[in-house]
Amino acid sequence: MKLSDRIRQGDTRAAAKLITMVENDFQQAQKYLKELQEYCGQATVIGITGPPGSGKSTITDRLAKHIRKIGKKIAIIAIDPSSPFTGGAILGDRIRMQDLSTDKDVFIRSIGTRGQLGGLSRSTQAVVKIMDAMGKEIIFIETVGVGQSEIEVIKVSDIILLLLMPGMGDDIQIIKAGIMEIGDIFVVNKSDREGTDRLIVEIEMMLSLNDVRKRNPAIIKTIGTENIGIEELWQEVERLNVYLQDKGEMQLRRKNRIRKEIHDLFLENWQELFFQFIGEDNIENEVQKILKQDIDPYSAVQKLTEVFKKQIIKGG
Amino acid sequence: MKNSIIRVLVAKPGLDGHDRGAKVVARALRDAGMEVIYTGLRQTPEQIVETAIQEDVNVIGLSILSGAHMHLFPKLMKLLKEREAIDIIVMAGGIIPGEDIVELKKIGIKEIFTPGTDTNRIIEFIKENVKVVR
Repeated sequence: MKLSDRIRQGDTRAAAKLITMVENDFQQAQKYLKELQEYCGQATVIGITGPPGSGKSTITDRLAKHIRKIGKKIAIIAIDPSSPFTGGAILGDRIRMQDLSTDKDVFIRSIGTRGQLGGLSRSTQAVVKIMDAMGKEIIFIETVGVGQSEIEVIKVSDIILLLLMPGMGDDIQIIKAGIMEIGDIFVVNKSDREGTDRLIVEIEMMLSLNDVRKRNPAIIKTIGTENIGIEELWQEVERLNVYLQDKGEMQLRRKNRIRKEIHDLFLENWQELFFQFIGEDNIENEVQKILKQDIDPYSAVQKLTEVFKKQIIKGG
Repeated sequence: MKNSIIRVLVAKPGLDGHDRGAKVVARALRDAGMEVIYTGLRQTPEQIVETAIQEDVNVIGLSILSGAHMHLFPKLMKLLKEREAIDIIVMAGGIIPGEDIVELKKIGIKEIFTPGTDTNRIIEFIKENVKVVR
């Protein structure tokens, strides 16, 4: 049986193998992704993001268990950082998800960022597609612990849950640009801790400055470890999902996502082509010249680009 | 762009709570450029096999200090066979007596590392046994 057919029938092993291929050799994997594309687009993709230790894995686990009671099939992409020095990684999000691993309708995959900044891995979008095509109805993407500007998760999610916890800093942190702008739902986790009420007031004040024509994100209090607030959180996700569908906003988000995907794929192809053509030796050459102050980096890159452009026009 | 990274599941089957060894090995493998999936304590053979398949690992590393290895390891190997996943290399570490090592190797556990093993030996073992280009 074809790999893509096995994946469509929900074969975990086949899906897991293709994810590895996506991670290791994306060009080769594209052949199979093409075959899966027409079966994608059914799943709801939920991004879960927030600072390290805010409870992303625990909330993901609790939400997943809650949804399993309704019988929906789930996949979880759990992303942790790779070492910038060795490329190695400790992928430890499953520690909080142990009971889920033997449920055959839950597929969890841990992924290292492999040099990608922004809270995701380069492969995330393709992994979503594989899980979607294998019939998973809800796909969670748990980002790495983020700081202020890792917002890549909006490129792949329908709905974003932003996790915060009390004691993270003063109110100026709340009105800064970046991560605070991407939450569709604000989840205040560890809400049994001191400072919860103040954090909520600060979020409310921040949100009150938003455009009045837009639907303001809800703020949901949770205590992940004690399973408190999980049902309310999921109800809000469902409400928001219906709202976004009705307003045509979901369609718009998906369209923007396709545009971004094309942009990224295109860039990747050209980037590879460019560096293949120029070659490491030429780059090293320019580096040496810049070190000796013979040339500046702007002119060096311009020069290399011109050579590349001429080659393209010639049709090489 | 090809970029194959060795993936290892470090798991602790059984009921003992001593995870220091597992963590030291996990860290060493990370520093050797591998992706280590660490699942925490008290894993059943079913959980370990299912996780290994979902994560598509090259190697399963089992850490056990409870003495229940002769009970748990054969069960795990049987499950791997049932799921047609015997291409995954299984290695183990912990307090395992010599006569048991012989028995465990017979059922397909590729290598067993006893206390005091240099982590470099474990890294070498993995690199030698995993076909990197899959």
